[in-house]
Amino acid sequence: MSYAVETRDLSRVFAGKKKRRFRRPKENEEHLGPVTALDGVSIQIREGELFGMLGPNGAGKTTLIKILATLLLPTSGQAFVAGHDVAKDPFPIRQRINMVSGGETSGYGLLTARENVWMFSQFYGVPSKVSKGRIDELMHTFGLWDKRDAKVRMLSTGQRQKMNMIRGFVTDPDILFLDEPTLGLDVNAARVIREYVMNWVRTQGGKTVLLTSHYMAEADQMCDRIAIIDNGKILACDTPENLKRMIRTETTFRLEVDSIRDTTSFTAMAGVKNFSHKDDISKNRSFLTFILEDEGPVAEILSTITSQGKKVHSLQKSEPTLEDVFISMVGRGFE
Amino acid sequence: MNTFWRTFKVAAWLGWEMDSNWTEPWLFIVYSVVKPVAGAFILVLMYTVFAIIGSRQDPAAFSYMYVGNSFFIFVGSVLFGTFQVIQSDREWYQTIRYVYMAPISYYVYIVGRAVSKIGVAAFAVAITLVFGVYFLGVQVHMTLAAVPLFLAATALGLAVLLAIGICLGGVSFLTAKHTHGLAEGIPGIFYVFCGVLFPLSVLPDWGVAVGRAIPLTYWFDLTRRLLSPTLGVETTLSGYSDLAILALLLVSSVAFFGLSLLIFKTGEYFARKAGKIDMTTSY
Repeated sequence: MSYAVETRDLSRVFAGKKKRRFRRPKENEEHLGPVTALDGVSIQIREGELFGMLGPNGAGKTTLIKILATLLLPTSGQAFVAGHDVAKDPFPIRQRINMVSGGETSGYGLLTARENVWMFSQFYGVPSKVSKGRIDELMHTFGLWDKRDAKVRMLSTGQRQKMNMIRGFVTDPDILFLDEPTLGLDVNAARVIREYVMNWVRTQGGKTVLLTSHYMAEADQMCDRIAIIDNGKILACDTPENLKRMIRTETTFRLEVDSIRDTTSFTAMAGVKNFSHKDDISKNRSFLTFILEDEGPVAEILSTITSQGKKVHSLQKSEPTLEDVFISMVGRGFE
Repeated sequence: MNTFWRTFKVAAWLGWEMDSNWTEPWLFIVYSVVKPVAGAFILVLMYTVFAIIGSRQDPAAFSYMYVGNSFFIFVGSVLFGTFQVIQSDREWYQTIRYVYMAPISYYVYIVGRAVSKIGVAAFAVAITLVFGVYFLGVQVHMTLAAVPLFLAATALGLAVLLAIGICLGGVSFLTAKHTHGLAEGIPGIFYVFCGVLFPLSVLPDWGVAVGRAIPLTYWFDLTRRLLSPTLGVETTLSGYSDLAILALLLVSSVAFFGLSLLIFKTGEYFARKAGKIDMTTSY
């Protein structure tokens, strides 16, 4: 079977910073050795699939996309896009792909939004008339129609991001890489993008999307399958339902308590499989998520918290989310 | 070929928009005329200083430096413009990853972007020369018969300039943006060793050797011979015929084109290997 995207034991190591002979190194600079961004990643993405790559910042998601988009060479292993090796045969890959990275403000400031997108479509050989029609349609869809003739330098960050989404779709790629596409967007804009992407994959036939995200709900809602990645390694790869089913025998409890510093006692507690801890300093609260083998340890957890003089504000038993899957696997949350 | 032409056309359009679209059209035209005229006054000042120091006036020497400096506008503009494409797309506009991963020839893209620089520079050169001839008494007497040779020399000179610019571009794939000093320093070397301001004959032997190794020397010499044949300034290339110099220019153009391909492809490969294609250096 041929895949839209396939990687085989793909690794990428970035060289560390060299010591400067004539400059005193900054405080933590001396310790910057080689960084392994991807470590033996093997995935297969089928044609027509909306595939998610879920992981915290620095997990290796962007590095993988850069390799697949022919911007970066792997250190070892192989990656194939549309059946072509990214290292040896990038040109036919480039004819069939496009990429959009969220949270960046790229664009030629002196051109209008429409000109910017049109120019990129011309690089892909889209006939000018077809391109202009698509741009108008996409500008309407993404809510950028009113700004179509505004210079890019006058657009807000969110508007630029929408423009870049249009740039990604205007070439009608067979394979689209979306790297955190809704990062920094308002709720409405993010929803429009999510719905458009899902609809595009479902209705166009044969279109493939590789989406990276650290928003669990987004990946859960959009993706046919999800790979969970951390420290450059794929920890699990399955449908969202199957991933959550992996920990369905376990119980997830969420607690909101007064800010708590010492959480070491929880890790050693019998029946606690894993837990994560987030602080909201402004509210002086801590949010704890426990993955438990059963409900047995709940009383001990509550007593440990109250014995520290902390108040429990809420306790909630919940259905497992993808983040719980991640916590269950690596013992910490995404942030 | 279709890919190359498509790339060239769109890149040239983009370059022109970037060079001309920063203000109102009328202001752009005024700027395009006033800037070279202001540059001409700097040349007058330089010549006046030379004349005072040397205690003599030499109209031929003034014409020599004026014509040389007029054509040197191409060097600064095209070299810096070519070199700057990668740096600006990477650091300022942050578009390089999307341009690079498009199904185009990035080499041709850079050439296309530089074309508008050539257009803007050509206008500035023309304004400078016209102003010099009508207001400063610069000696320009090109015959009609010399026009084809002049056009060929200009095309080859610009080709060499583009090739050198792309060599620098290949290097800039791997360097941080503060190295734009490279694109400013190299024209400085050309200014001294290529007979722009003064003939090669005033340089020591090693300086003459350096000058003769740079193809732009032949371009400037041939251009000056064709535009101002009556100057009679000894440039150390008097022994060569016009056609011989054109042949030297042609050979060096081909050699520099090959060199630029090699350096560009090498720089591109190592940048892709090191993950530097779309790096931002934040200096």
